[in-house]
Amino acid sequence: MDVSQLKIRQLREMLDKKQISAAELADEYIKRIKKYDEKLESYITVTEEIAKEQAKTAQERINAGSASALTGIPIAVKDNICTEGVKTTCASRMLENFVPPYNATVMEKLNSENIVMLGKTSMDEFAMGGSTQTSAFAKTKNPYDLNRVPGGSSGGSAACVSAGLAPAALGSDTGGSIRQPAAFCGVTGLKPTYGRVSRYGLVAFASSLDQIGPIARDAHDCALVLNAIAGCDSRDGTSSRVAVEDFTAKIGMPVKGMKIAVPKEFYAEGIDSVVRDSVLSAAQKYKDMGAEIVECSMPSLKYAVAAYYLISSAEASSNLSRYDGIKYGHRSSKGDSYGELVCNSRSEGFGEEVKRRILLGNYALSSGYYDAYYGKAMALKQKIRAEYEEIFKICDVILTPTAPSVAYGINENITDPVKMYQADICTVTVNIASLPAISTTCGYDAKGMPIGMSIIGKHFDEATIIQVADAFEKNFEAVPPKMV
Amino acid sequence: MYIPVIGLEIHAELLTKSKVFCNCSAEFGGDQNSRCCPVCTGMPGTLPVINQTAVEYAVKAGFALNCEINKFSVFDRKNYFYPDLPKAYQISQLNYPLCINGNVPIEVEVNGEKIQKNIRINRIHLEEDAGKLIHDDYNGVSLADYNRCGIPLIEIVTEPDIRSAEEARAFVEKVSLLLQYAGVCDCKMEQGSLRCDVNISIMKPTDSQFGTRAEIKNLNSLKSIVRAIEYEIKRQSKILDGGGKVIQETRRFNDNHGDTKSMRSKEDAHDYRYFPEPDIVQVNFTDEDLAEIRAKLPELPEKRFERYTKEYGLSEADAKILISQKTISDFFNGALEVYNNPKSISSFIIVELLRRVNLGEVSMDNLPFSSKDFAVLVQMADEEKVSKNDAKTILRFMVETGKKPEEIAKENGFLITNDTGKVEEVIENVLSANKAIVEQWLSGEQKVFGFLMGQCTKELKGVCTPKVVKDSLEAKLNSMK
Repeated sequence: MDVSQLKIRQLREMLDKKQISAAELADEYIKRIKKYDEKLESYITVTEEIAKEQAKTAQERINAGSASALTGIPIAVKDNICTEGVKTTCASRMLENFVPPYNATVMEKLNSENIVMLGKTSMDEFAMGGSTQTSAFAKTKNPYDLNRVPGGSSGGSAACVSAGLAPAALGSDTGGSIRQPAAFCGVTGLKPTYGRVSRYGLVAFASSLDQIGPIARDAHDCALVLNAIAGCDSRDGTSSRVAVEDFTAKIGMPVKGMKIAVPKEFYAEGIDSVVRDSVLSAAQKYKDMGAEIVECSMPSLKYAVAAYYLISSAEASSNLSRYDGIKYGHRSSKGDSYGELVCNSRSEGFGEEVKRRILLGNYALSSGYYDAYYGKAMALKQKIRAEYEEIFKICDVILTPTAPSVAYGINENITDPVKMYQADICTVTVNIASLPAISTTCGYDAKGMPIGMSIIGKHFDEATIIQVADAFEKNFEAVPPKMV
Repeated sequence: MYIPVIGLEIHAELLTKSKVFCNCSAEFGGDQNSRCCPVCTGMPGTLPVINQTAVEYAVKAGFALNCEINKFSVFDRKNYFYPDLPKAYQISQLNYPLCINGNVPIEVEVNGEKIQKNIRINRIHLEEDAGKLIHDDYNGVSLADYNRCGIPLIEIVTEPDIRSAEEARAFVEKVSLLLQYAGVCDCKMEQGSLRCDVNISIMKPTDSQFGTRAEIKNLNSLKSIVRAIEYEIKRQSKILDGGGKVIQETRRFNDNHGDTKSMRSKEDAHDYRYFPEPDIVQVNFTDEDLAEIRAKLPELPEKRFERYTKEYGLSEADAKILISQKTISDFFNGALEVYNNPKSISSFIIVELLRRVNLGEVSMDNLPFSSKDFAVLVQMADEEKVSKNDAKTILRFMVETGKKPEEIAKENGFLITNDTGKVEEVIENVLSANKAIVEQWLSGEQKVFGFLMGQCTKELKGVCTPKVVKDSLEAKLNSMK
């Protein structure tokens, strides 16, 4: 049986109709992982034994007729989400052997649905990057072309879903880390509104921007996973009390009469023409469906990347200070004093990109520089939020490219960090403004590489962006990667 | 002569049941690392969640110290590496503390006269305590105990209004008293629940600007505060007298030597890289929220003093003694609930109970009997159910055994039955047995009355008070004239 392109809804039906058992289903994916992942390197840890165990419990629930939407569904989890008893490395030497004694809230929620965890997926170290090439353990490849990057930082999650090594995965998104790899790997990724999903147990990168979300084959599957993980959590003071609705509720409703904003700055210089054309032709399709395309502007977009890197690096510099090698994590064998030991442990444990951001963040927060950098970035945050509010006064959703280009070659990896950071231009404002956004495939370039578009919604209006993405997906023929 | 200019930073641990950002117990002590969890030890992925009671207590402290409460308040991260700080940042408050602009009146002596002086409070903010390091020199290791990590602390910062070690002591005593009355801190300096940093500089009376200050860290007794200040005044005076300059630095007080030593200079000062804590949402109070917290604030000492003197008619001296400690005042209030005779209760507390406390026989913190029992005893004495003298003995037994006063009185035959038939009978018997003496009295020899009285009281112990004996005996003798 080829499970590689099956969606959660199809698997649900098969499980409920006893066409396949949860154990058999888990086994199908484990087999595929064994067959393909040596080349793809999407997983850091494969939890075969746990999967078998969980499949058993799930089957009992299915047999008892009390299965919920995700019971028995195999899911992969990004390796910065804490899993009790299972290594959670953040793809860093620093946490190479870190086994959390607690589950993230999202894992508790998924476990209460009796999902089957397949393993922990690779990522850029501490979620810093857009290529998954800064992973200390598994430099994931793009399933459409193994010589290209899968995007990042949730590159492992996107690649494994794309290659059919899991039907769905959890990722995390601080500046585009769910949407951009989803776009590069031709799958659908949803970054929920900040506060929609508990961050408890997500190893923090930038606390004010981080958000956990699903990567799946389509928007409908993303909605099913979001249904399971959303909600207020007493262990996360920033999680929202806004009521959790059924995120599939609007699926199938017409987009006719809907106002879709197209801010011109997102289609300007710096965006590859193949991407621009593809997203604009998607806009045309929406127009054909009866939606109204509204041209508008976001003047502050040109400052967004700078603001994002200042805020996220400042928070990261503080969040990552706890890794001193004293209680857990990498401890250097060198150093005669506390200071030396901490310095050596951190120098050895962190990779280059992480160190760069720690330095940048510390610099931006230093006395004498705070106002010029962090203070300005915070002011820009307010401005970007205000500009979004203006657009949403008129429009229902916003349509943008997810990334300026398709997945680039592993060897083309840009070494100039400022240039590299600029590639996040399409995604970072969503995090800065705490908005929800979904990326789905809108086309392929001449070489068959997927192109992603993003639909950005109002705060807590995930249901609408899922509806809009689904409307497009229903009329779009996705091309799976050749390796499957 | 120099004038010292002193400002204090007082750290007070709040009496909440759980820590400020997790559910661990905030109680003092416990086995090492038995009161900590993934959150307060800063494990990856964990998040702090603010304890609303801690916020409420900090606001109560603000009210007690006459502060304005900021309706909008923000938590910040103070970043620095130290092994007792597992997250490598302390969650504190920088620009938007919970309370600002307070003042605390203290009594100071000027030319032998006591006058009131206001010490202004700059701010009170809420933060978390760090863990404790234990240095084992024998084994050459340092051990970390995280039980104290995340205990809620308020930091009370004064304006530089204090001008002597004595004023500093009076201020710390007053703040302790207010915090105890507000019910937010037990202020046990020996357990570290109240600690103090002193900022001190000296200036000539003719100087228009303050001198350069030194900060003395972590003083944990009133005595060391006074000694550290006195030492610093001497040290800085000597420098200035010698034509030198005081440098801005942080110093540590050594209790054994009574001196202070430099820890770090201004140049070595940490850059804490403060920024708003993204994991904690901002605090927003409405007027109703603040009114609700204020309503929960227990009665403060000034209010009690007023009630004691004006309503109860106690002398100012007595009222002062009663409010000097919250435990005494609470005990007094508790006793009044059972026996509403403030003067009588107050006098028995001050004269009898506090005497025993001062002798060290018992402490107000753990009396073996309740204020209710005490009130019953005072009432028994007032109603002449026991004699005043026996009442004192009963109190001694209560201190020793914790038994109820009624029980002690019964067991020891202190109870007065006021059986008038018995009184008549005893007097008759004594008079008839001492006819010669009665004759002496009748012929005007008054001093023999004492003998007759003694004979009667001996027989009437536990039946009536000596006064009843005296009145009855006098009446009887007069009738025989």
